[in-house]
Amino acid sequence: MKMVVCVKQVPGTHDAKIDPETKRIVREGIKAVMNPFDTYAVEEAVKIKEKSGGEVIVMTMGPPRAETVLREAISVGADAGILLSGRAFGGSDTWATSYALAKAIEKIGGVDLVLCGKQAIDGDTAQVGPGIAAQLGWAQATYVMEIPESNNGVITTRRMHEDGWDLCEITLPAVLTVVKDINQPRVPTLKGRLAAQKLDIPVWSPEDIGADEELIGLNGSPTRVVKTNPPPPRGAETLVLNGSPSESAGTLVRELRRRGLL
Amino acid sequence: MIANTDEARTGYRNVWVVAEVLGGQIQKVTYELLGAARSLANDRACEVWCVVMGHGLDGQIEPLFHGGADVVLAVDEPRFAEFVDEDMASVLVRFVDTHKPEIVLCGATTRGRALIPRVAVAANCGLTADCTGLSIDPENGDLLQTRPAFGGNIMATIRCSNHRPQMATVRPRVMNALPADTGRTGRVIREQLLESEKSTLKKVVEIFQDTENAINLADARFIIAGGRGVKGPEGFQLLKRLAERVNGAVGASRAAVDSGWVPYNHQVGQTGQTVQAMVYVACGISGQIQHLVGMQSCDYIIAIDKDPDTPLMQLADVAIVGDLFEVLPEIVREIPRT
Ligand SMILES: Cc1cc2nc3c(=O)[nH]c(=O)nc-3n(C[C@H](O)[C@H](O)[C@H](O)COP(=O)(O)OP(=O)(O)OC[C@H]3O[C@@H](n4cnc5c(N)ncnc54)[C@H](O)[C@@H]3O)c2cc1C
Ligand SMILES: Nc1ncnc2c1ncn2[C@@H]1O[C@H](COP(=O)(O)O)[C@@H](O)[C@H]1O
Repeated sequence: MKMVVCVKQVPGTHDAKIDPETKRIVREGIKAVMNPFDTYAVEEAVKIKEKSGGEVIVMTMGPPRAETVLREAISVGADAGILLSGRAFGGSDTWATSYALAKAIEKIGGVDLVLCGKQAIDGDTAQVGPGIAAQLGWAQATYVMEIPESNNGVITTRRMHEDGWDLCEITLPAVLTVVKDINQPRVPTLKGRLAAQKLDIPVWSPEDIGADEELIGLNGSPTRVVKTNPPPPRGAETLVLNGSPSESAGTLVRELRRRGLL
Repeated sequence: MIANTDEARTGYRNVWVVAEVLGGQIQKVTYELLGAARSLANDRACEVWCVVMGHGLDGQIEPLFHGGADVVLAVDEPRFAEFVDEDMASVLVRFVDTHKPEIVLCGATTRGRALIPRVAVAANCGLTADCTGLSIDPENGDLLQTRPAFGGNIMATIRCSNHRPQMATVRPRVMNALPADTGRTGRVIREQLLESEKSTLKKVVEIFQDTENAINLADARFIIAGGRGVKGPEGFQLLKRLAERVNGAVGASRAAVDSGWVPYNHQVGQTGQTVQAMVYVACGISGQIQHLVGMQSCDYIIAIDKDPDTPLMQLADVAIVGDLFEVLPEIVREIPRT
């Protein structure tokens, strides 16, 4: 099975703090990491490879430094990495991103399965996975929490929904997006780390993937962010209740009633 | 489609809502979207259409008119008893091509967020995810779409001036449904899934609906969430009691989920769900940033913790300093059964 995992570099929040004044995340000095959901996509691909053979290629579209997430994925079992990079890709929204990734998947050729994270934690859109499937005209399964079976060109997926789940048999090639429940990502071994250091990572430009200039980057992005604002401020001061449990409960319930919340 | 001239844009008209149908039932979010669509349609002096794809829809259409629809475009199809996103997307793309709506809204649910990106790609138009605010720019009639990004730390306003239709998914519980107007009625257009739109790529072989533990966090007005401080599955029974009392849902921090005390679909936060409840009660959750980004947009936040200095106690509207095992039963006692 030939698999491509799409991974994205996002600002990490491990060490982030809340500014006590503005109550907003302090972003200064935060390093970039692999989108957490994508770590599960990588692990799942590596597991499928271990079980039924095949190849795992990780791919990201981003600036040159995004290469580090590819090496991270290689250190836990991916076989190769591809970086889509070039000024013309800049400013891509989810339409243009899914177009570029799909073009690269076509260029790789013979791909059976594409895995993505459920969503990227910076944009939070969850649109790129289904977008790639649509660009390629392939089947899709989103919010996948389990892959009970994968063989003979058919894959079985358990999709998580708000109200339960469903089990689908999907004819390959297909695009899946995965949630955290699906597995427990492994930590890299020393050997994995060394392999990741050594491997050459090709950089593909828009021309390399035969992308239409009008469909990538800002040109190819129908959406425009016209402004950003801080979120509406949270209500006034914190009401601290440190009396007895019954006093606190009483005050809380009165407060909820006063606000019409109960 | 590209529509970068006024002339091209005037070819697109009406506000559409794609209904969320579950087991043959239209879900609440659909009515919320109809409410939002109604007000956008008033600004644009156009109609509200509701597209319903499901099976066994008898009796489900009339209420959509009461909720604000002028036209219902219905596909009652056995195959749509299941969520076959590929086929549903194909049908929607055809409808969009034929009827040329100006705006298409859909719930930001697991189903909506799987379906609409496929349509947006095929229809070559912009799509804004997870909107919390929608309005019309009086200057040029564009849809202004506001959404939280970076886990609610900034609000971004997005427009798609040069493409039509303008598509958005909207979070449940953010827009308001209109009071049902039983005097309203409208036009029904019945459509079918074409043979050419039936893909053989996906077969849904089993469906599990967890009605007992229906946790629908996205839909809940009240969320009672627990963390490591809840100490085990028994502690979560306490939270469940309060949730039942206020007709709410149970949420959890990752620490509680990773300990196996509650299933993953309860997890709130960066690697779980983003929620926007009216009231969020955090019990024994310290409020690390990965948790906060999933719940800080809730309207009213209550934290119960022994430690008054945790990030969540700082962020909360009400911080109750105390042992959750003592405080929770008292709260349950204060709220009479309904
Ligand atoms: C990549 C990544 C993604 C993550 N994603 C998520 C996510 O989606 N969601 C999430 O929640 N976390 C997430 N986390 C984990 C997050 O960083 C925290 O570890 C987690 O939220 C802590 O859970 P907690 O608050 O329940 O536990 P703790 O931090 O241990 O807090 C427990 C609290 O309970 C209080 N307490 C204990 N006993 C009692 C009692 N009897 N009465 C009252 N209070 C009591 C304690 O004072 C403490 O404040 C993520 C982490 C990483 C690295
Ligand atoms: N620039 C990118 N490069 C590679 N993969 C991406 C990129 N952007 C998004 N993805 C993939 O698409 C998923 C969903 O992202 P999003 O739609 O932005 O929330 C991510 O988890 C990644 O798997």
